Amino acid sequence: MSEPKKDLVESPEQAAETGTLAARLSLGQRAGGIAVPIVTVVLAFLLGGLVVLATGHNPLLAYRDIFDGAGLNWIFHPTTSTQALSAYNLTQTLLQSTTLIFTGLAVAFAFRCGMFNIGGEGQYIVGLVVANWIGVNFAGMSTLPHVLIAIIGATLAGAAWAGIAGVLKATTGAHEVISTIMLNWIAIYTATWLFGAGGPLQTTAPGQSTNPVSSDIAHTAELPVIWGAKGFQGLDIGFFIAIAALVVFWALINRTTLGFEVRAVGFNPDAAAYGGINVKKNLIRAMAISGAFAGLGGAVDMLGYLYHYGSLDVQNSAAGGVGFIGIAVALLGRNTAVGVFLGSLLFGGLIYGTTQGLSSSVIQPELASNVTLIIEGLVVLFIGADLLILYVWNSRKRLRRQPPAQAPAKATA
Amino acid sequence: MSAWSQSLDNPVSERLRDPATTGYVALGLGAFAAFLAIPPIEARSPAWPVAVGIVAIALGIWTATRGRRKLGYGAVVAGLLGIGLGILATRSGTGNLETAFDATLIDQTFGLATPLVFGAIAGMFSERSGVINIGLEGMMLMGAFFGVYGSDKGGSWVVGLLIGMASGGLLALVYAFFAIHLRSDQIVGGTAVNFLAVGITGYFFQLVYNGQVSGNVSTVPNVHISGLGNFLESSIGNLSLLTWASFALVILAYIVLFKTPIGLRIRACGEHPRAADTVGINVYVIRYCCVVLSGLLVAIGGVYLSLGPQGNGTFIFDMTSGKGFIALAAMIFGNWRPAGAFAAALLFGFSNALALKLQVYSPQASTLFAILPYVLTLVAVAGVIGRTVAPAADGKPYAKQ
Repeated sequence: MSEPKKDLVESPEQAAETGTLAARLSLGQRAGGIAVPIVTVVLAFLLGGLVVLATGHNPLLAYRDIFDGAGLNWIFHPTTSTQALSAYNLTQTLLQSTTLIFTGLAVAFAFRCGMFNIGGEGQYIVGLVVANWIGVNFAGMSTLPHVLIAIIGATLAGAAWAGIAGVLKATTGAHEVISTIMLNWIAIYTATWLFGAGGPLQTTAPGQSTNPVSSDIAHTAELPVIWGAKGFQGLDIGFFIAIAALVVFWALINRTTLGFEVRAVGFNPDAAAYGGINVKKNLIRAMAISGAFAGLGGAVDMLGYLYHYGSLDVQNSAAGGVGFIGIAVALLGRNTAVGVFLGSLLFGGLIYGTTQGLSSSVIQPELASNVTLIIEGLVVLFIGADLLILYVWNSRKRLRRQPPAQAPAKATA
Repeated sequence: MSAWSQSLDNPVSERLRDPATTGYVALGLGAFAAFLAIPPIEARSPAWPVAVGIVAIALGIWTATRGRRKLGYGAVVAGLLGIGLGILATRSGTGNLETAFDATLIDQTFGLATPLVFGAIAGMFSERSGVINIGLEGMMLMGAFFGVYGSDKGGSWVVGLLIGMASGGLLALVYAFFAIHLRSDQIVGGTAVNFLAVGITGYFFQLVYNGQVSGNVSTVPNVHISGLGNFLESSIGNLSLLTWASFALVILAYIVLFKTPIGLRIRACGEHPRAADTVGINVYVIRYCCVVLSGLLVAIGGVYLSLGPQGNGTFIFDMTSGKGFIALAAMIFGNWRPAGAFAAALLFGFSNALALKLQVYSPQASTLFAILPYVLTLVAVAGVIGRTVAPAADGKPYAKQ
């Protein structure tokens, strides 16, 4: 290069090139802070709106209807009666967000250790299956132990499922992306078979022998509903379990030795090893904790409002299911607890607001739900392009601080 | 991100991963598959010998692509013989299984393997040039929808094929811009591509067709070959034109990648982009071309899904349902080599075909064969039985100095 001085001070771009995934993401975090996710979301909504506009619908009206569909108009007319549509829609949005908090945390924790857990879907399904099995059997127990056993069992199962990928990575170097994708499909097909006709977990109710659905869990295993009616998917205390999980995530990452080691490995495994940290142990540990979050999510959903699950639900979730949306949530939330919370609220609202919640004359749910997918894709695409963000961010700073020339040439951007 | 398999120091014993060991294990398994079917074990259903035989073939492909060719192909033959003997031995006993194991199984194997072959070869071009393409799934989905769209609006499957390919190529171009120029993380970018493709195809499917399939569009014709005799005719006498094209593509990909200067340049970009740049190869141009080519090729696989004999001119929401990922798995299983990827795709296709056929008789066995490709790939990437050797610079963005 023409400027030898440049090598002495490493530019953000150079750091971005050489660092691990966690280092790169953290870099994006420092550059721009909260502004970047917000700009990303706005940009994604704009592009999504353009698609709507180009196909002859009014995007502003469409977004307003989606806003109402997510139950957010409740804010303007608060009521505790779930007879009101807005209140009902809001509970459904929060239920959806609860799931996304868990799968988002699962992705975020692995990211912090420099790994990409693309297998949240599989770990979530494993959690669902185990929670259903424990919930259906062991009936006759009192409520608290039954719920606890189901939750702990599902959490451990999720941890074990993700742990396979962690162990493979630590012992043989198998890339976690491929192994978690494979574990996803293994979980999906296994669950399809378990719940399917003739499968071990299929319902035993009379006349249902060809219905590929599991049995309902016992009443003792159901979580208490706090807002809404129990039979109509009221909001259960799972939402607060999710909030607790966010706090646990924050404390684990920021306030414990475990979190410090995980982050150190994420930033630079070689430096961490040099500092005396057992890299392999941390890879396995991070992956297992990551899976535990997703498995817990499966348990909370099963005990909270699903009560049973079917082969078809499993098959449908294979396409852009909650595990994958967790990736968007974690990336948008910068892998922090607060960010994951906000991200899951956004996507929870979008998902429910564009599907069941939506009643609109402007855009029908079948169309709108695909706009959600497009927005998710755009968010992930833009967040992944940290260099673009850095470039925009730096040029803004350059404009502000150094109005005259002498700005270092960013030739490579 | 680093390459698919990292060079962490490996505690698994070298001997276990030696191709010779896997080869002999595969030979043993092939024999075992046949043994399962005859007394004293005499498995009632051919599912078990076939499952063991598939594992033997997988190990054989593994061995062959990692140095010990004779031994590997020997193991593949042993596995095939084991399956054949297993089926023959159990066939006489159980009547309804005869319908599962007949010539149409071969026809279905080729049919189900076709999109995987296109996907695996497509992924190979991209990854050989150093760009991980996890968005294969999405690009295949684009091909599937816009294939139907083009065939419907253009009136001919040729138009459908071209428009499908163009849509896959376009999405690949967007991905390439982010992965190569903006140097964004390639796995994050690929995940985004998959989201986008489901959304875009779902949106237009709803908008244009209202979520209902038209069905009455021109489809890709089958190639009828007569005068082969009963067995051959019902196994390969009525394959889709695109299936034959996929066979040709494998040979073409081998010649281009390994026998031409262009292939050498592509591989150089994937192994050591800096060195390639130094000798005057434009790494960016090569990578752009390879990623776009990858999008074009995998989209043909998508077109096959919707306009081929299985889709028969229909499209359904998220039609690919993981086929892009199995294609990726086939590519990794085949060790980033055309012949290996082709063999793996055929094996996965066979496993799939069996799963479909067995669904009626035994859901358990059906699940077993549906899961088998994923388990095999998981074992494969774990490197327990060998080593996947990804291109050295696979997944690493390149910045010009």
